[in-house]
Amino acid sequence: MLELKEVYAQYGAVTILRGITVEVNEGELVALIGSNGAGKTTSLATVAGILRPSAGSVVFRGENIAGLPPETIVRKGIAMVPEDREIFPALTVEQNLRLGAFILRDREQYRHDLKEMFDLFPILSERLDQAAGTLSGGEQQQLAIARALMSHPKLLMLDEPSLGLAPRLVKQVFDLIQRLHREGMTILMVEQNVAQSLRIADRAYVIRTGQVEASGTPEELRRHVDVETAYLGATRSGRQSGINGK
Amino acid sequence: MTESAYFVMDVLSLGSLYALMALGLVLVYGILRLVNFAYGELIMVAGYSLYLMDGSPLPWIIMAILAILAAVATSVLTERIAFRPVREKSLTAMLITSFAVSTLLQNAALLFISPRSRVVPLPDIFTHNFMLGGVLIQVRDLLGIVVSIAMLIIFTLLLNRTVLGIALRAAADNFRMTRMLGVPANLVISVAFAISGLLAGVVALFWLGRTASVTPGIGLEPLIIAFVATVLGGLQSLLGAVVGGYVLALMTVGINTFLSQDLVDYRQAFTFGLVILILLFRPEGLIRAK
Repeated sequence: MLELKEVYAQYGAVTILRGITVEVNEGELVALIGSNGAGKTTSLATVAGILRPSAGSVVFRGENIAGLPPETIVRKGIAMVPEDREIFPALTVEQNLRLGAFILRDREQYRHDLKEMFDLFPILSERLDQAAGTLSGGEQQQLAIARALMSHPKLLMLDEPSLGLAPRLVKQVFDLIQRLHREGMTILMVEQNVAQSLRIADRAYVIRTGQVEASGTPEELRRHVDVETAYLGATRSGRQSGINGK
Repeated sequence: MTESAYFVMDVLSLGSLYALMALGLVLVYGILRLVNFAYGELIMVAGYSLYLMDGSPLPWIIMAILAILAAVATSVLTERIAFRPVREKSLTAMLITSFAVSTLLQNAALLFISPRSRVVPLPDIFTHNFMLGGVLIQVRDLLGIVVSIAMLIIFTLLLNRTVLGIALRAAADNFRMTRMLGVPANLVISVAFAISGLLAGVVALFWLGRTASVTPGIGLEPLIIAFVATVLGGLQSLLGAVVGGYVLALMTVGINTFLSQDLVDYRQAFTFGLVILILLFRPEGLIRAK
């Protein structure tokens, strides 16, 4: 469904992506993992149209979308939940969701989708007329995901969905992502929480210095690479049981 | 009693104009982070449009609407022609471009019309006044207040109730995210410039109405007022612009009223001194963005 082929990208003079190749098949949940500054967020930015790749192609459903503006990309069926959620704090929850449905422009559909979101995120229905900035971190994350879903995406991209959340909420967010995945959503996710990512992902890519260092199913990755110490810059030399992202 | 009635009246009439001016400037700033230094020239354009229609058989209200439309068209066209090509380049490029547009428009007025001031046609009602409870009220001031407040109300409704209005507010807060939700950048920016021009056009009617004349450099003072009001209110918020406008008017009228006669010539220095003081203690402006 989505394929980044040999993508290079830079911010000013700094090259972040050095020929990255990532593939996401329909219905898959794929995680990009790696340490800070490895190029995970930049990879999503090139897909979302925020950053124009300097070389390589981004093919989505058979079409090269590299370099298209973000407002066009979302119409192709790619929705983004950015790092820090980027909800609109001064707008109400309902207004945030309405903007999420901007490309649909169908009132009936909107009402129907809104109800669906309430089933998925009951807390949002209680907070509908509240300014989004007054929500807690976990609620804001739910709103950001709901807002992205309102555009009926074929591919959902999540950037660090668990960042800054209390441990109890982290589990909740991952359970939610897993649920969306089971219901058929194709998801590309960037995470620093390696343990949780590998728990729910079908496949994962380990990104380091703008390149794919390793990839495969969670089992393959666990078997062949010492994910934590080799790629996440952890200082502990002895591994504890299992893989821990912290 | 009468004294304070005049005071309130002055603050309201001046503040309403200031608020509209500031709103027009901050709307574009919020989305592009551009202080549009050609904003004052929109007021000039509306003024010269009125001047050029002087003596035509059109009723004044039609002339006024056409003048406002001229400001809107100028605003939208400058964005299309001047700002859009450099938008992706850098903020500095846009800022310099806005100076260029400002100079260009002023020089066009100098060249094609005249460096001297020209008379702007105004309706008779602007010079009327009446007594209300012992207070002499200028119809022009009252109209200015009513029109401004009506526009603020309509504007608020549009920004809260319509999808495009909500998209504008969202874009002023986080343009990138708004685009990621599918709101086209060009649409939002064009609408912002159109509204900016509309506000400048309406302001022009009452601003020029005070002296009934227009000069090529007439836009400078409203630009500075709008800029100071937005900085004072908080550059990130539309509400801040409105609050900033009224606060600046309160300060201006207050200084005019209470300063001794021989110091009134320095009123601008006092006003800006106060602004600096406020910003020292509240650099983010009176209204916080979030």
